Amino acid sequence: MPAHAIETHDLVRTFRVRKSRQNPSGAPIVALDGVTMQVPPGELFGLLGPNGAGKTTLIKILVTLLLPTSGRASVDGYDVTTQAQQVRERISMVSGGEHSGYGLLTVREQLWMFAQFYGIPTPEAHARIDRLLQVVGLFEERHRKVQELSTGMRQKMNLVRGLVSEPQILFLDEPTVGLDVEAGRDVRAYIKTWMSEHPGRTILLTTHYMSDAEELCDRVAIIHKGKIIAADTPAGLKQTAQSGSYFVLSIERLDGGAEFLSGIPGVARVDASSRDGHTELHVTLADDGAIAGVVTALAQRGRRILKLQKVEPTLEEAFVALVGRRFEEADEARGP
Amino acid sequence: MTTSTMPLPAAAPLRRTWYAVKGRSYPRTVGGLREPSWIFYDIALPLLGVAAFVYVYRALGAPPHFTGYVIMGGATIAFWLNVMWLMAAQFYWEKHQGNLELYMMAPCGLVAILLGMAFGGLLATTLRAAVVIAAGVFLFNMDFTVSSWPLFLLLFALGLVALYGLGMFFSSLFLLWGREAWHTVQLLQEPVYLVSGFYFPVRALGPWVGMAASVIPITLALDGLRQVMFPAVHPGLLPLAWEVAGLAALAVLFTLLALWMLQFMERLAKQEGRLSFRW
Repeated sequence: MPAHAIETHDLVRTFRVRKSRQNPSGAPIVALDGVTMQVPPGELFGLLGPNGAGKTTLIKILVTLLLPTSGRASVDGYDVTTQAQQVRERISMVSGGEHSGYGLLTVREQLWMFAQFYGIPTPEAHARIDRLLQVVGLFEERHRKVQELSTGMRQKMNLVRGLVSEPQILFLDEPTVGLDVEAGRDVRAYIKTWMSEHPGRTILLTTHYMSDAEELCDRVAIIHKGKIIAADTPAGLKQTAQSGSYFVLSIERLDGGAEFLSGIPGVARVDASSRDGHTELHVTLADDGAIAGVVTALAQRGRRILKLQKVEPTLEEAFVALVGRRFEEADEARGP
Repeated sequence: MTTSTMPLPAAAPLRRTWYAVKGRSYPRTVGGLREPSWIFYDIALPLLGVAAFVYVYRALGAPPHFTGYVIMGGATIAFWLNVMWLMAAQFYWEKHQGNLELYMMAPCGLVAILLGMAFGGLLATTLRAAVVIAAGVFLFNMDFTVSSWPLFLLLFALGLVALYGLGMFFSSLFLLWGREAWHTVQLLQEPVYLVSGFYFPVRALGPWVGMAASVIPITLALDGLRQVMFPAVHPGLLPLAWEVAGLAALAVLFTLLALWMLQFMERLAKQEGRLSFRW
């Protein structure tokens, strides 16, 4: 068994673009900028980053759909550029919002068709399909046409499609995107079950849902503007953000912004959002003591504090600490 | 590179190819049964077009075998449309639906997938063509005598291999150009009706135009089949043996060209990032 299920070294991918109003210079877009990482076998590794960070580009290179501009990548010990066939025999991929297959086929027929592409004999394919459909709770729908499935059902079927070939390494590209809470929970639950039932198998999961990364991953890499800026366990990453204290305050509606709080000694960052007649403040402080200054300043403005809570840092705070902005801000900065 | 000692999910390549052909042909064959609208669109409507030409020939007092020419042409159009829209252009739809990425990643390879499409399409289209001919015989008293069934089957088989090879060749263009390659298909559709002699003996265009049109396998296949079905009256473009040899050469040429082109275009598409990202 190779030391690393997935390994990349100084991976770069650029895309040529035509000159346009958005890109008047016509300079190539750098989607990946020297990505180096290793994922050992048996790990559920998460790639966390805002839209356009390079997550999907990286996954497309690893599943042999895209060639790197420079650098190296290997999957299960095989080079993705020169040994694509060997890589393809060992992997599978499931993407969020996927509409693959043919609506006229039933769920079971569709899954059988994909199993054929991996050379699985029909009796074996049917046995695997039925077993997996039972696990994800779709067995009763097996004779239903694909076009009649809900989004959640469809994504569960896609997950079964990805697993029916029993891949050594599974790539999940935003697998819970667009799912309702219950379907998302089911998908996450089955990913965990699959990992525990198949020790030695590896999953690379890309997501921009913090909860997915936090709940599922053994390790998480934060990717931003094509670079991996940190990689650690979720707990380790949160430690990164723990250089200060983090408070959430609910106060009477604060009009005119909360910038005045940023000038208070010990206040590192303030984010405010208002709704339903009150304002919620997320305050990052150098230390606990600085909260006194915040409370005083709010009292001077005549704003009553409805709730004050010290919270443990999340991966979101880790992202803020590393990138200097929140996830949504990074999404917005990328533009439409 | 390290070699993995893990058990492979892969089957023997040949068996996997056969399974993939079977798997991908399934939606094509079962689709016809689940969506019977094809009876109207693929049989009733083309028959109207065929009927128009039959009545033109009858109004002009043309010999009765011209009715047979037209019906044969009408039946063969189904193959041409199948190859152009459901083989060549199919990758556009597959890409749009998200299937293309999954096909590319599958260890069976794109050729097996395309063979599956061809096999499924061929079965469905042969059935449709047979129904058009049967309807022609029944409605317009089409009269024909097959002079040699082995020769008929040989021409039919070679024609199909060459034709679907051409379809595979064109499908590689869609890997790279996506929607833009539609124009190629549109460009080929109507002119081929003319230059391949779908509704008249291709020799009527003159031998040189007929020879040039023979690059499209359907020209020689259709002319050869007409020579076998109407042996006494059909003015063939070339001697039958030459047409068989020509079709065999085209079958080999387009198959090899398709294999090379698919490999080349796949690499180019992966370099350019057109499989997934740009349309």
